[in-house]
Amino acid sequence: MFNYTLRRLLFTIPTLLFISLVIFLLLDLAPNDPTGNLPLTIPPEVRAMIRTNLGLDQPVWWRYILWLRQFFVYEPLNLIEQMFHITIGDGHRLRILSYATRSPVVDLIVERMPQTLWVVGMSYVVGIMIALPIGVISAYKQYSWFDQTGTFVSMIGFSVPTFFTGVLLIVIFSVMVPSDSFFWFPSIYDTTLKVTDLASFGKQVRQMVMPVFVLALYNAAQISRFMRASMLDNLNQDYVRTARAKGLSEQVVVLVHVLRNSLIPVVTVIALGIPQVFGGAIITEQVFKVNGLGQLLIIGIQGADIPLVQTLTFIFAVLIVLFNLVADVLYGILDPRILYD
Amino acid sequence: MPDGAAPILDVSDLKTVFTTRGGEVHAVNSVSFQLAPGELLGVVGESGSGKSVTMMSLIGLLPMPPAEIRGGQVMFEGHDILKMTPAQLRAVRGRKIGFVFQDPMTSLNPVFTVGFQVAEPLRRHMGMRKKQAWKRAAELLELVGIPDATARLSDYPHQFSGGMRQRVMIAIALACDPQVLIADEPTTALDVTIQAQILELVRELRQKLGMAIVWITHDLGVIAGIADRVMVMYGGQIVEQAPVRELFANPQHPYTRALLETLPSVTGARSKRLKTIEGQPPALGAHPTACPFRARCRHVMDVCHEQNPAITTLDAGHDVACFWDATTGEARHV
Repeated sequence: MFNYTLRRLLFTIPTLLFISLVIFLLLDLAPNDPTGNLPLTIPPEVRAMIRTNLGLDQPVWWRYILWLRQFFVYEPLNLIEQMFHITIGDGHRLRILSYATRSPVVDLIVERMPQTLWVVGMSYVVGIMIALPIGVISAYKQYSWFDQTGTFVSMIGFSVPTFFTGVLLIVIFSVMVPSDSFFWFPSIYDTTLKVTDLASFGKQVRQMVMPVFVLALYNAAQISRFMRASMLDNLNQDYVRTARAKGLSEQVVVLVHVLRNSLIPVVTVIALGIPQVFGGAIITEQVFKVNGLGQLLIIGIQGADIPLVQTLTFIFAVLIVLFNLVADVLYGILDPRILYD
Repeated sequence: MPDGAAPILDVSDLKTVFTTRGGEVHAVNSVSFQLAPGELLGVVGESGSGKSVTMMSLIGLLPMPPAEIRGGQVMFEGHDILKMTPAQLRAVRGRKIGFVFQDPMTSLNPVFTVGFQVAEPLRRHMGMRKKQAWKRAAELLELVGIPDATARLSDYPHQFSGGMRQRVMIAIALACDPQVLIADEPTTALDVTIQAQILELVRELRQKLGMAIVWITHDLGVIAGIADRVMVMYGGQIVEQAPVRELFANPQHPYTRALLETLPSVTGARSKRLKTIEGQPPALGAHPTACPFRARCRHVMDVCHEQNPAITTLDAGHDVACFWDATTGEARHV
């Protein structure tokens, strides 16, 4: 298992290099002008100087190599410096700077990360916690009213877009419900809120409720379907009959024997979904004004902020590749029949 | 086994019906039989003759729905199993009645160790602690002839061969010293050498432990080797039952006779084609009102289309359900 993981990790290096190149070239192909948002009064020769200063007069391959050096050498070194409060070398390195804000991209990302992790991550956890029991019960009581209801709700959760459910919730719980009611929820996520005591914690929870619910519904819809299908696959297996023939209670049969087998594919699906958590929920973050990573990406794309988009997209790619590996390793741990190496 | 001993399992008039999209299937139609303590009862018949369904329904292992037990009585230790609550039933299953199923490749849970699975009934029924159950599990594996038993407890089912897995299944079934062992085609999925080993093992264990066994198979050769008594099923009914020697020496029902003829002969001419019984087993859409075998029977008579023959007792312990008398070759006079 260890050897396998190591081999896979080594293999991610060329994969990621290739991905970064593709992202870089695609972004370079896009007809972007980083000075496009600047006032029209700026004369063309000044614009050309700005581009030169941004390094855009250099050939593509050279810019790519410079970016690689920034991303893989400078930024990690910088992170280490910040973490351990030390200085490596002279401490002066050109970091990846955003065209728009002129601040380091990685700092922007670190700033945005907590909101995304809290809201989107929480919605993923909540979604899983709802989905697993629903999937188990739906499968065990196939075609019962519970199963039918679950199927209907997950169909809705899956097919109704989050910008619709999000706005619907805002209309109901922020507009129609009187603002002094317990059931009123803020439609705007306040990032400046600091959790210091119980009251502010309550406020934090309240402002998370709606975005988390919207995303959790979507996640739960997907995972509960997976769980149900996987349970159904296993409930008719011979080993279930053997378990019953041993005189085990239904609880043990279902929650020990069947569940353990059914979870194997579901856990991998869950692991594969984690990068999306980091990616943020672009639309839902917009709807609820959560200034997370998804929103950052949108702003970056709109402002032709190539370094920001390039770096953010590449980080998503890293996470996807990494969690693919995690999913495979988990699969090997959960299923004793799978032996790597 | 001796006649007259009080039966350990007494099934009477068992009826099981499946409700499917295509209508009802009457899989078991008024089956009655008894199992004496320590007896080995062989149950033979084609696929779809209701052998397995009979045994599964008498201990409630059929999925309900679609299955439904429409009537009958299964007396076990003075109680009617069919009237038991699910909890009472679970206390019997695995404790007093053990099961071995057909396909050892899929009958064990792939993600748990063999030791866990053998120890499970011990912990469930015998109140054993983990350690104690583990130790006993090792003894059981040794009992069923698995070498290096203690070490193999922590192996997973996929690390065992088919025959070894079936031994594990037998160990699980025997874990709590059951009075009855129901073996549903336990050797069908195994190759012939392994089959012989498993047969030998069961014969040995029976001598050691003395439980009664119901052995379901469609292989008459297997039955001839180990059974005390044989029950032939067709169309969800028992068409003939007799002690094993009697049945092979003096088969009465045309179906039994036809089955025996299909056996390849060791002594006869090699090149002969194997005999078959023409036709298909009947679709059991309704409770049969005529003999289920009439369409394939060589000796079919008018009465066979009108009535379903009742069980007639010929000699002690030899029952047959047929209007045709094999000894005279004519209609039976009752």
